[in-house]
Amino acid sequence: MRKSVLWAAPAIPFLVLAASGCAPAGNDTEGGDKSITVAYQTTATYTQVDKLMKKAKEDFEEANPGSTVELEPIQAEENDYATKLALMQRSPDTAPDVFYEDSFRVRPDAEAGYLLALDEYLAEWEDWDSSFIDSAKQAGLGADGKTYAVPMGTDTRALWYNTEVFEEAGLDVPWEPKTWDDILSAAGKIKAAIPDAVPFNIYSGTGMGEAASMQGFEMLLYGTEDTLYDTEEGKWVVGSQGFRDSLQFISDVYVGGLGPEVATALDSNYYQQLNGEGYPTNKVGASIDGSWIAGTWLETGPAPWPEWSEVMAVAPMPTQNGQEPGATSMSGGWTLAVGANTKNPDMAFDFISTALNKDNTLSFNKDASQVPVRSDVAEDPSFTESSPVSKFFSDLVEVTHYRPTTSDYPEISGSIQQAMEAVMTGEQSVEEAADAYDDAVRNLVGDDNVIEK
Amino acid sequence: MTATPTRTGGAGRPPQAARRPAAAGRTPTARRSLRRAVPLVPAVVLLALFMLGPVIWSVYGSFTNASLSGTAASSPRFVGLDNYLALITDPDFPNALWLTVVFLLLSAVIGQNFLGLGLALLTAAAPRAVRSIVATTVVTAWVLPEIVAAFACYAFFSSDGTLNRMLAAVNAEPVDWLFTYPMAAVILANIWRGTAFSMMIYEAALNDVAPEITEAAVIDGAGGWKRLIYVTIPMIRNSISTNLMLITLQTLSVFTLIFVMTSGGPNQRSTTLPIFAYAEAFGLGKVGYGTAIATVMLLIGAVFSILYIRVLKPGDNS
Repeated sequence: MRKSVLWAAPAIPFLVLAASGCAPAGNDTEGGDKSITVAYQTTATYTQVDKLMKKAKEDFEEANPGSTVELEPIQAEENDYATKLALMQRSPDTAPDVFYEDSFRVRPDAEAGYLLALDEYLAEWEDWDSSFIDSAKQAGLGADGKTYAVPMGTDTRALWYNTEVFEEAGLDVPWEPKTWDDILSAAGKIKAAIPDAVPFNIYSGTGMGEAASMQGFEMLLYGTEDTLYDTEEGKWVVGSQGFRDSLQFISDVYVGGLGPEVATALDSNYYQQLNGEGYPTNKVGASIDGSWIAGTWLETGPAPWPEWSEVMAVAPMPTQNGQEPGATSMSGGWTLAVGANTKNPDMAFDFISTALNKDNTLSFNKDASQVPVRSDVAEDPSFTESSPVSKFFSDLVEVTHYRPTTSDYPEISGSIQQAMEAVMTGEQSVEEAADAYDDAVRNLVGDDNVIEK
Repeated sequence: MTATPTRTGGAGRPPQAARRPAAAGRTPTARRSLRRAVPLVPAVVLLALFMLGPVIWSVYGSFTNASLSGTAASSPRFVGLDNYLALITDPDFPNALWLTVVFLLLSAVIGQNFLGLGLALLTAAAPRAVRSIVATTVVTAWVLPEIVAAFACYAFFSSDGTLNRMLAAVNAEPVDWLFTYPMAAVILANIWRGTAFSMMIYEAALNDVAPEITEAAVIDGAGGWKRLIYVTIPMIRNSISTNLMLITLQTLSVFTLIFVMTSGGPNQRSTTLPIFAYAEAFGLGKVGYGTAIATVMLLIGAVFSILYIRVLKPGDNS
């Protein structure tokens, strides 16, 4: 008898493990109760969404007693956040009910079945018809024409520059570059006058993730005669001159010594160093960046810099040779979406409608220096007065471009970053990197889906 | 039960035979070995569940086009050998494979192994105080959680890190180690972190070398080197083989250290296979392709293991 008990003893830990492993992961997924989880990104310099969510949670719980909103902030840079979110979405047990989602991932994620179609909920939400700008609603569209996400705001990109650095280098302020060469020559003068400053920054390389593709490469490419994707043919462009010229510009900046140290620029935390420390200490001349970076320096931001509005100025990004329309910009923006497997879809959508009501959107758009997608926010005097650059960035919507909305885009974007990195480190020539990109695109989408330019 | 000392080969019988009660009654040894195997069941089940399971899943995944997002995420398709064919033609693959082999040979087989053996031999003859100081120092790197060790190395090698401060103190030109020599930096970091393991294995092995044998060799006139090569090393051959196998497999799967220090960059100059698999599976969302890379890593590990077992023949004490 004793013997048989003894030989079973080693099995005990296993049984305990099995029992605990099979238990339900949490009580919050059981039917009947009122609880949702909300996942979003937060970083040391990007705390605006965190603030919005905390406020929305408070509002929501007050208006709906007995319900709980569990916030799940994910502390990570953009790439890692996207990966973490995708992994959470893969299993219904870990998928958040509501999450913060980059607009360019809406379409692939809808195809993957991660997102809940919101059309029937939006139909009953008055604000959707009365306040949301129609063109902005496209950010939430899936390939099937259903709406899967609610935009929080959009953004545009342009040249930021430090007027004190420019004056010290003997450059005219306001700066009005008309071509890429104007940018390079200004950078050259800054380099000559202030050797320890970074003359000009353009995000580049895999470490910077989507910022390199969008604030970096596409701000160049969409100012040439070429694009990434031929919308009419529905094909990806390979072999274009514009692509090579854009890579050449990256090479001129980095290999030409007009940019930050390559090693520094490849560090995924460079964003913080550039905007949080570089500009306020007059160590950066100019950069291409989004409308939101002013949010870094606001009183409510992570690195308050009260003098920013006098020191910092903006200029539209010129096209390559000054060709029409003279300036270019890229727009993206983030959305809130509901998980396809949520147990409480009504509550999840109600939370979104609270988080993105007029007041909350207004304060988020101000804090994060976003371009509003709600007309009532855009017209609100407290928004237009909130920042000296808000009108400038809103006006850029006229010349802006959007990224291709196909589900291949995230992978193609990764290939662009690799090509940029190969060129900026000098490991490959422009021609080699462009050819490698063309091969990568052909591999990703197939020969039938590319068009030679 | 203990009254049957003769071995009748029951241990080698297929398990089906033991499962039949009638047959079991006629062959007590089969029953005994079955009962002896029972305590192993939890371990075997756990291994099957948590080791074999993921391996099989990974091999299966490598034959699909599973991805993190898009239609392939909800309904992955079986694509046969497509991932492997794409891997063979991927220009990044030979690079990652080569860097993995370099990392493995320099940091594990040469670095950790020889340094560990050297430290074990030297401290064996050293005074007690020296031995404990060396052991503590070396083991400190080993007991640190991997992420902490990785950050320590990042802080040491980064452009305004400890190493460059030390160089500046002696008026030497600072070097951006992680950028200019990324492989050297991660190799040194892995040696620093892993040597303690080899050292401890060899210390234990050297303790088992009977002093009479070494004394006999001394009397026969063998010098230090000769004693090492003809007496000590053959006697600890089993430990060398075990150690090599373990550190090879550990090093093959090093991810955190490299990811924190260089993220595989710049421009993939420190992208070993685990980093490559991560970048493809999670960076670009190609989960199926990433698991194909993982499967190739598994094969490399198996090849090395077989090599050690064949060449060094552990367990053969004759």
